[in-house]
Amino acid sequence: MKPIALLQVLISGMLFGLGLTYATMVQPEVVLSFLNFNDFGLLLVLGGATTLTFVVYQLVPRIAKAPLFATKFSTRPANERSRTLLGALIFGVGWGLSGVCPGPAIASVGAGNWPVLYALGGMFVGAYIQGRFFSAK
Amino acid sequence: MDWSSIFPMGMAHYLIGGLLIGAGVSWLFVSTGLMGGASSFLTTVWTYVTKDERFNTSSNVSSRTWRNVYALGLALGALIGVRMLGLEMSVTEVSPWQLAIGGLITGFGVRLSSGCTSGHGICGMALLDLDSILAVLVFLSTAIVVAHLVTAFGGVA
Repeated sequence: MKPIALLQVLISGMLFGLGLTYATMVQPEVVLSFLNFNDFGLLLVLGGATTLTFVVYQLVPRIAKAPLFATKFSTRPANERSRTLLGALIFGVGWGLSGVCPGPAIASVGAGNWPVLYALGGMFVGAYIQGRFFSAK
Repeated sequence: MDWSSIFPMGMAHYLIGGLLIGAGVSWLFVSTGLMGGASSFLTTVWTYVTKDERFNTSSNVSSRTWRNVYALGLALGALIGVRMLGLEMSVTEVSPWQLAIGGLITGFGVRLSSGCTSGHGICGMALLDLDSILAVLVFLSTAIVVAHLVTAFGGVA
C-alpha cells in the first residue's frame, strides 16, 4: 500500500477514534447504561455512523470508478452464517458483561481510560483462542 | 414525548460522534476502497508473533499493515479528543474481572463472527448485508440480557 493511502487510513482511524470519544463510547458505563435501557444514545451513535456510511457505500461506487488512492473498491469477506450468528451471540455476552467492544477498546488506550486495557488484553487472548482452535479452515 | 427521559445526557454529542465515526469509515472507503471494522486487528497482530498458518493467511498478512495504522489512528483520534480538544473522559469503574472476562469472550466472539459493532454494525448494515443485520440483532439482544442480569446481581452497570 502506498504511503499516501496509508496516511488516509490513519486519518480515517483518527476520525473514528475522535467520534468514539466525542460520543463518550470510550466509557463502558455509557455503553452499559444503554444496554440497561437508561440512555438510548448508543443507538444515535450507531444510527448516525451507519446512515452516513450507507449513503457513501451505496453512492460512491456508482459515481467513481475507483477510490482516490487505490485501484478498486473492496467488499467484505464472506463468513458462514452459522459462525457469524454464533459468534455474535458470544460477543453479546462479553459486551454485556464489560460494556466494551473492539473499537472503543483500542480508542480507550489513546483516551487514557487505562482499566479498559484489561478488556483489550482479554480480546487479544480471545482472538488468539478463536484463531488457534476455531479458525474457519 | 419527553426525550430527556430516554436521552438523559442529551442527544447532540451522540449524533455528532456517530457522524464523525461514519466520516472515518466513509473516508477509508472513498480514499482506499477498504471496509474497516476494528476487530480484525485483534487477529492480524498475532501474525507478528506466531508462525501458525491459521493466523498467517494471505488476507491476514496482506491487511495487517493498514489494520495497524487504522488501530493507531483510533487511539490517536481519542488522544487528540481528550488532550487537545478537552473532551471529558472519566476513568471507568467497571471491575477488572468484568472487563477482562468480558473482553476475552468478546475477542473470541467477534473473530468467530468476523465482525463487531463496527464491522457488522456500521459496514455490514451499510451494505444491507442480511447476515450482518442478523448479527447486530443477535449481539444487541444478548448484550441487553446479560447487562440486565449483571445489574440484577449487583454488578457495576
